[in-house]
Amino acid sequence: MRSQSERPNPLFRNLNAKIASIPMVLTALVVFVGGTAWTVLYSFTNSKLLPRWKFVGLDQYERLWSTPRWLVSIENLFIYGALSLIFSFVIGFLLAAMLDRKIRFEDTFRTIFLYPFALSFIVTGLVWQWLLNPDFGVQHVVRLLGWESFTFNPLYDRQLVIYGILIAALWQGTGLIMCLMLAGLRSIDEDIWKAARVDGIPVWKTYLFIVIPMLRPVFVTTLVIIASAIVKVYDLVVAQTGGGPGHASEVPAKYVYDYMFLGQNLGQGFAASTMMLLSVVIVIVPWAYLEFGRRGRR
Amino acid sequence: MNVATADTAADGPRGRKPRRMLSRRNIILYGTLFVVAVYYLLPLYVMVVTSLKGMPEIRLGHIFAPPVEITFQPWVKAWAQACTGLNCDGLSRGFWNSVRITVPSVLLSIAIASVNGYALANWRFKGAEVFFTILIVGAFIPYQVMLYPIVIILREMGLYGTLTGLVLVHSIFGMPILTLLFRNYFTALPEELFKAARVDGAGFWGIYLRIMLPMSLPVFVVAVIIQITGIWNDFLFGVVYTKPDLYPMTVQLNNIVNSVQGVKEYNVNMAATLLTGLVPLLVYFVSGKLFVRGIAAGAVKG
Repeated sequence: MRSQSERPNPLFRNLNAKIASIPMVLTALVVFVGGTAWTVLYSFTNSKLLPRWKFVGLDQYERLWSTPRWLVSIENLFIYGALSLIFSFVIGFLLAAMLDRKIRFEDTFRTIFLYPFALSFIVTGLVWQWLLNPDFGVQHVVRLLGWESFTFNPLYDRQLVIYGILIAALWQGTGLIMCLMLAGLRSIDEDIWKAARVDGIPVWKTYLFIVIPMLRPVFVTTLVIIASAIVKVYDLVVAQTGGGPGHASEVPAKYVYDYMFLGQNLGQGFAASTMMLLSVVIVIVPWAYLEFGRRGRR
Repeated sequence: MNVATADTAADGPRGRKPRRMLSRRNIILYGTLFVVAVYYLLPLYVMVVTSLKGMPEIRLGHIFAPPVEITFQPWVKAWAQACTGLNCDGLSRGFWNSVRITVPSVLLSIAIASVNGYALANWRFKGAEVFFTILIVGAFIPYQVMLYPIVIILREMGLYGTLTGLVLVHSIFGMPILTLLFRNYFTALPEELFKAARVDGAGFWGIYLRIMLPMSLPVFVVAVIIQITGIWNDFLFGVVYTKPDLYPMTVQLNNIVNSVQGVKEYNVNMAATLLTGLVPLLVYFVSGKLFVRGIAAGAVKG
């Protein structure tokens, strides 16, 4: 690709490409590696209003794991994460399978299922705050229909509030999962369907035992995308409940922001964000290992 | 046998398959899809309906009832008079801030990422792949981990709390996905093209500007779609790296609707929410299939 006849300083070889890559190199090294390392390091200090290099070992982490608000955040993240994983997979797959049955108006349906994904989490959160409003929203409407004792008031119920957020998140996110799954379904060879039909295998069995196992790579990608989105959930909670009632719908990302920028307790924020990083690493590393391991063998 | 064939199958005539429209299978299938579609459309409907009612009507009726007396007052108020803190000039301030953030961010991030992807695809140098891998892995790091270090960097540069700083942040965090997108696109172009241009004596920038750019309009459109919706919808960076006067629309919207002072005006709130959602919705409905392609590009790693 490049001429080997003259041998100038190797640093200047392909110089323009290197100049063009400066933003990437800076971003990768300074922001991604440097920034992450900085935060992890300073999570071992007792920084308050400003970062201070005074090493205190694991103090911040001990404090973190004995703060009720953090424990609630983690619990919420687990409930929200597990349920949104399950439901977005199931709903996303079912919708994709239905759209893949060679139906009419496929584009219309897809457009409708996907439009919430174009919206901001703030918009989604505020709409569902209004829909779930006990005095005007769904509860009120059902009561008007004659079912006087009907209660559906998740946003003001400490036990249920995280499910209220889940409803909104699913409304926004399932369209994306559907699209990913649909792309996967479309990549399956038509002949497989024909063979299954010839053999008289019912459609649902074909899906369960032939198609779904074939979609494994798509599922893995989807899993990684959903999982890294779950850890980041923040705007939706801020808009829909503000973390309330009380601290009942707090999530880790909000804990980090509040301690860093409102609570003037940087050390706690750093420790909490490091825990977030750790949870992502736990998800990503096995996946990356599989991906790159496979690629290496090729 | 993937996207391309799927598209032709959807677009082209689909004769040859005799079908009974009213079979039991079809009734269940279309019935389910219809119900789900109604569920997905309901929030949008409620937003529109609520924003067109007066407050007395909202208090008396319920959220699904269509407006008896249509009024555009809530829209006017949301745009020009709604209060956040001491400012009472409505969402228009946030809208223009968002425009001033989104336009330069989209241009800058795409300019950087396209040149970058081109360098990675055609002008590999030693170590380039390492940085690229870091970049892609970095896309999975929760933003919260890097929030404060960037505050320090921006403060040192004197850009903390300015729109320029926020534009820089958006360009940084748009880099992984866009670079990936452009790298994959340029890699897929026939290599003979590049070689022929090299033989003719064109250099790095010459090939980029005269050959690569004109050939890659579709991928640029996809990138623009990803970036406009992503940056317009951002909340976290806006609230961290700017100050109240410069808050983007999403942040201001949240402050208007969730402010604890005063009587809640649900119609104004919904008008404001719709106004904020209008730009990405417009991009979505106009771009159609390209939006889906953008999603696929974001999802499928190279």
